[in-house]
Amino acid sequence: MNDKQHSRAVTVALLAPAGVFFFFLLVLPMVVVLVFSFGERAPAGGYAPAFTFDNYLNLPARGKAFFNTLTLAPLGTLLTAIIAFPVAYYLAVRVHPKWRVTMLVLIMAPFWTSQLLRYYAWMMILGSKGIPSWLALLGFGDIRLINTPWAVLIGAVYGFLPLMVPPIYVSLEKLDKRLLEASADLGATPVATFLQITLPLAIPGVATGSMLVFILLMGDFILPQYLGGGKVFFIGNALVDLFLQSRNWPYGAAVSVALVLIMLATIYFYMRFILSRGDRRRAVLV
Amino acid sequence: MSKIIGHLSASKFLEELWRYQKGSVTRRHFLGVTGLGLATSVLGSAVPGLRPRKAHAALGGTVNFTTWPSYFAQENLDNFTKETGVKINVAVFGSNEEMLAKLQAGSTGWDVFVPTNYTISTYRDLNLIEPLDLSRLANYDATQVEERFKSEGIIGGQVYAVPKDWGTTGFVYNSKSAPQKPTSWKEFWDLAQNEWTGRAMVHDYQLTTIGNALKYYGYSFNSNDEKQLADAEKLLLAAKPHLFGINSDYKPSLAAGDAWVSICWTGDAVQLQRDQPEFVYVLAKEGGEIWTDYYAVPKGGQNLDAAYALIDYLLMPANNVKEGIAHGYPLCDKRAISAMPKELIDNPVLYPAAEALAPLEFGAAATLINPMRAEIMARFKAA
Repeated sequence: MNDKQHSRAVTVALLAPAGVFFFFLLVLPMVVVLVFSFGERAPAGGYAPAFTFDNYLNLPARGKAFFNTLTLAPLGTLLTAIIAFPVAYYLAVRVHPKWRVTMLVLIMAPFWTSQLLRYYAWMMILGSKGIPSWLALLGFGDIRLINTPWAVLIGAVYGFLPLMVPPIYVSLEKLDKRLLEASADLGATPVATFLQITLPLAIPGVATGSMLVFILLMGDFILPQYLGGGKVFFIGNALVDLFLQSRNWPYGAAVSVALVLIMLATIYFYMRFILSRGDRRRAVLV
Repeated sequence: MSKIIGHLSASKFLEELWRYQKGSVTRRHFLGVTGLGLATSVLGSAVPGLRPRKAHAALGGTVNFTTWPSYFAQENLDNFTKETGVKINVAVFGSNEEMLAKLQAGSTGWDVFVPTNYTISTYRDLNLIEPLDLSRLANYDATQVEERFKSEGIIGGQVYAVPKDWGTTGFVYNSKSAPQKPTSWKEFWDLAQNEWTGRAMVHDYQLTTIGNALKYYGYSFNSNDEKQLADAEKLLLAAKPHLFGINSDYKPSLAAGDAWVSICWTGDAVQLQRDQPEFVYVLAKEGGEIWTDYYAVPKGGQNLDAAYALIDYLLMPANNVKEGIAHGYPLCDKRAISAMPKELIDNPVLYPAAEALAPLEFGAAATLINPMRAEIMARFKAA
């Protein structure tokens, strides 16, 4: 065996575990989902082989769920990013380096408790004896939060903030402070400096964080179920119902395929847009 | 294997015991060659107190027990583990449809589960449950159970499920927040869209939510008629914006005061009233559902002996009473009912008057697999 063959063998050996993993747990299941999506619901539920486009033609029956998901997921992502950015900026630029790790760990700390438990806590906080009762003391009348889209948005920001802060923090931490000094030296106001230097350089971090949050929100069903109380219905809830209640696997498979395609398209355009902007600004800077 | 039991030296006995402990021979072989099997059975029949222990002798491992929320006495499960060494894994579900979906998908690992009357024939048709060997359920006495509570567990003369308890599906309201005194599904749905806007809950469960919407029009709870179901859907869609939530776990929202009223099962009403007596349980005058939950054994369980032992243990009248006190549902076994505390027997939520029960219907198997009902429920939730 010569060196080239040897190095190829090593490459194959190192990639084999991940390859096998992805083949059996990603590629193969996707093929099954695709095949099922052209089938029919068996009489008592489940899958019966067939070749029909009915499941795809029936997608509009879940239009509201797609609509809810496609409005609340981006909105939740945007809110999370807006709230996470100042936190990440503060951590990366203002906090003394010796406290940074501690503070990052504190931001991640909620993940140490079960997500379900935390949502149950939020059910109490957003319920009539929680925030609405405090607002009533301030003179705001009958305010309902739990089981509304607002509750789902609050839950999204709370639940996904710890995923958004670290990527933005990482991109801001690498920020060369001399660029800020140069900007000020050349007469830019702090706002102009922020908009022309800090923000563009942080965009890859914002994009990564947003993708993480957006993908998880798009597929989420626990958050809308607990804080939306069955009234705020996501596509994830529709899928749970199709597989666990009506047992219409073929239709569920078609909805899954549609969801995957929507996500792929959204992510593709989002990344292209944001990275091209970031790169152009970076090119200008150079 | 020799059937003749001759003299056995002490060392030979220890050798056999060692072989048995190592798992090289079966228990039957061990008991046969040592004569212990015969001795035990003689002793066992002579000393009645030994009988239940003998049944537990070979148990071990884990039994996966799938049931509904707040539906068992933890004390019973703990004691079962203490006496038999069998660990119990409890999983709780939200609907029969979900249980069926999991069993249809296969490999659940469940050993015992608790299906409702109307699902059992489908489980049998799909070959998802074991026929039960009643000789292994010594504590189950069919003569102590009313016909209507056991009949759907028996298919073609074969028992597939034994009754656990029964109950009704009505609605519960908080009389402090909701001063109206509704007595019918008509009032329930009308108030839900007016005075109770944002305060009413319905189950995340096609059978009861669609069934009780059908009752609004006076149709059968079990209707699968296309036009009647379309009417029910119209009502559900009109009520949707006014509902507080669609959730089968409605007790927390009622107890916290977020919701005032909900479609409700017997035991949940009993449990709510324990802390807040202002909750009123109503069996609507148009009717609604009466049901029986059963113990059954799914195919493919890994611990059949422990499954039988657990069911038998929970059906032992003394233990069954503890179950009834814990979950607040009326029991099926007359021996256990007679040992229940008087205040539960006298509680009209558990044991309603015969005329309140008369219009109620048992759920029908056809509702479980009807794709139209499933799709109406899905459209209602997605609306």
